[in-house]
Amino acid sequence: MKFDHILIRFGEISTKGRNRRKFIDRLKNNVRDVLTDFPNLEYQGTRDRLYIHLHNEDHEVIVERLKNIFGIQSFSLAIKCKSDISEIKEMALKAVNSVFQPYDTFKVTTKRADKQFPLDTNELNYQIGSHVLINTEDLTVDVKNPKINLRVEVRKEATYLTCYDFKGAGGLPVGSGGKAMLLLSGGIDSPVAGFLTLKRGVELEVIHFFSPPYTSERAKQKVIDLARELTAFGGKIKLHIVPFTAIQEKIQEQVPENYTMTSTRRMMLKIADKLREKQQALALITGESLGQVASQTLESMVAINDVTSTPIIRPLITMDKLEIIEISKSIGTHDISIRPYEDCCTIFTPANPKTKPKLEKVSRFESFVDFDELVSQSLNKVETIVITKEQKEKFDNLL
Amino acid sequence: MLYLDNSATTQPYPEVISTFSKVTEVYFANPSSVHKLGSEAESLLNQSRKQVANLLGVHEQEVIFTSGGTEGNNLAIKGAALANKHKGRHIITSVVEHPSVLESFKQLEQVHDFDVTYLPVDENGIVSIERMKKEIREDTILVSIMHVNNEVGTIQPVTEIGQLITQYPKALFHVDNVQGITKVPLDLKKANIHLCTISGHKFHGLNGTGALFVRTGVDLLPLFSGGLQELQLRSGTESLAGNVAFAKALRMASERAEEQSSTMKNTFTKLKRELMNIDGVIVNTPQENTAPHIINFSVPSVKAEVLIHYLGERNIFVSTTSACSSRRKAISTTLLAMNKHQDVAKSAIRVSLSIDQNEEIINPFIKTLSKGIEKLSKVMR
Repeated sequence: MKFDHILIRFGEISTKGRNRRKFIDRLKNNVRDVLTDFPNLEYQGTRDRLYIHLHNEDHEVIVERLKNIFGIQSFSLAIKCKSDISEIKEMALKAVNSVFQPYDTFKVTTKRADKQFPLDTNELNYQIGSHVLINTEDLTVDVKNPKINLRVEVRKEATYLTCYDFKGAGGLPVGSGGKAMLLLSGGIDSPVAGFLTLKRGVELEVIHFFSPPYTSERAKQKVIDLARELTAFGGKIKLHIVPFTAIQEKIQEQVPENYTMTSTRRMMLKIADKLREKQQALALITGESLGQVASQTLESMVAINDVTSTPIIRPLITMDKLEIIEISKSIGTHDISIRPYEDCCTIFTPANPKTKPKLEKVSRFESFVDFDELVSQSLNKVETIVITKEQKEKFDNLL
Repeated sequence: MLYLDNSATTQPYPEVISTFSKVTEVYFANPSSVHKLGSEAESLLNQSRKQVANLLGVHEQEVIFTSGGTEGNNLAIKGAALANKHKGRHIITSVVEHPSVLESFKQLEQVHDFDVTYLPVDENGIVSIERMKKEIREDTILVSIMHVNNEVGTIQPVTEIGQLITQYPKALFHVDNVQGITKVPLDLKKANIHLCTISGHKFHGLNGTGALFVRTGVDLLPLFSGGLQELQLRSGTESLAGNVAFAKALRMASERAEEQSSTMKNTFTKLKRELMNIDGVIVNTPQENTAPHIINFSVPSVKAEVLIHYLGERNIFVSTTSACSSRRKAISTTLLAMNKHQDVAKSAIRVSLSIDQNEEIINPFIKTLSKGIEKLSKVMR
């Protein structure tokens, strides 16, 4: 059975006041972006709903994609028919038939907006329900907790049937909250931090520190793959690859071993902030979680954070590792993150990093080298690539 | 030459061969090596896996590259049964399966003490759902049913079987889709399939290439122990060139299937009608619910082998039943299971088409065949 439209319900947008229009337009554009390969779709936004008219497009693929779009609370496959009991019955059966699996349970919930309609709600429920029941096999009624809730809304002009609610991703439409730069190492945490920030409507650009020969092409590919997973939630993403070898080598040379980690993080933050300024983003995002490693103690954060006054978003700050791993699995980044290659954070890790570094000390160690010069050299050599969902792959000619 | 034995093996596409040789030449490094060349080989391997996964509509980590149908079936069946024997020891298959499935079940029955139910088929070669409902039990841990029968082309109701199996949470569902892939569409998810075997040389890829779909969460005992390649289920240095060539063949065959499936069906229908019109020919492939590339028929008055040689001398290549069992000179067990007469089962011939063959093949084949039957039956009588 072909559904003729999809009904999208907003989440938090509904609570917005005068800005509502902007949020809805942004959501509409984001939906359009992930469905560009379906040119026949038609979009219609109202105060508290967005309708996609399918015009015979395949709903299954569309449903899968909608599940990832932030700003959608839930959505349903829907169909419109004449407000005529025999037609409603027939449509109801078709709708149920197209989604049900043997041994499912269902119920009918009717809303009679047109009070002139000859049958009342109870009678409608009964008639539609029994028609479906008689004409299907291995389907039973469960009014308390049904798998399929067939909703019928009888209006004067037409009757609308929806029979399957899909849970949306919630949150706010990506882009409605400005832009921020995500520091992506290749580990488990940072992609999750990116995902959670996207969820609050923030658009992402990604920064990765690349230190050949200490880190390999495989590590870089890992970050590209992670960024690509995130495009499912936020459309295309710009990835800035920062050459970091010279700075890391200089730190090893100049700074006492137990402070190298602190210095490294400070330089990363400095570079990231400069890039942020250039790209006109408003904040930095990291995957830090309190107490997880030496650089993520409050004392470390004081020493590292000193290089900038830009807001730093740390969505994972109070989460446990297991909670983070769970999210990373659910968003598809986990298996990429655990590929075992050295990255910019794992090389040169000192045996005994300071968990309580002193700001004065680290500033003094760094003062003997012109790190600003090194930072600007590295910024000049940043490689920027745009990651899209369907990237042209390297070996396409062989496959 | 008229090659009509495509269910035994197909002629590889030239593009597939060229991919194989290019990869062998340039990306010969071991994908597990740390260096750059190894890294390139690995990413080529990953891209191939992704392509196969996309074409099958599954996740990348659910595709294991194998050496073909026999390995896929063995790994799926023995791997699943042995890894899950603590949950139950009852396993089910049908009597018309490929030897690589039947022999795996026999081994599990004889060596590992599994309790095996072999389901019968009806006169059309179809497994009965009703019978399955009766036989399946709480301690059934594996059901293996083929999608398309390799001898007569019957399509089994795997989607319905899969639905039934959802009621038995301990049971895994394996489908041998070696003959079905790119010929008869099958939605692995809808059919609740946990394991699915495909093989490259049946769709213009190379012998020795194949893949097994292993749904996330399914436990298998590996057949080979070693270096943890292929998600630890199939150790051994990957045949990179073979796997890439496999992914390419699957893409090309799927694209052609989309373009040419109506041509193939048309050729199939007409050829079947022509065969029915020849005196002395009994068509064994059922009227309905069959794949569009396999036609099985018998000429009881002529020994199948003699007829095949007659056609072979005239450069037309067909086979007796399946290539895999024809060397044993056994009577077709599939046809016997379908309740066909001994003489019919003994003299069966299989014609199998490729997606690229159109109506032009019909006339030359039918003409030669009729002549052959006429001539040989005179002599042999």
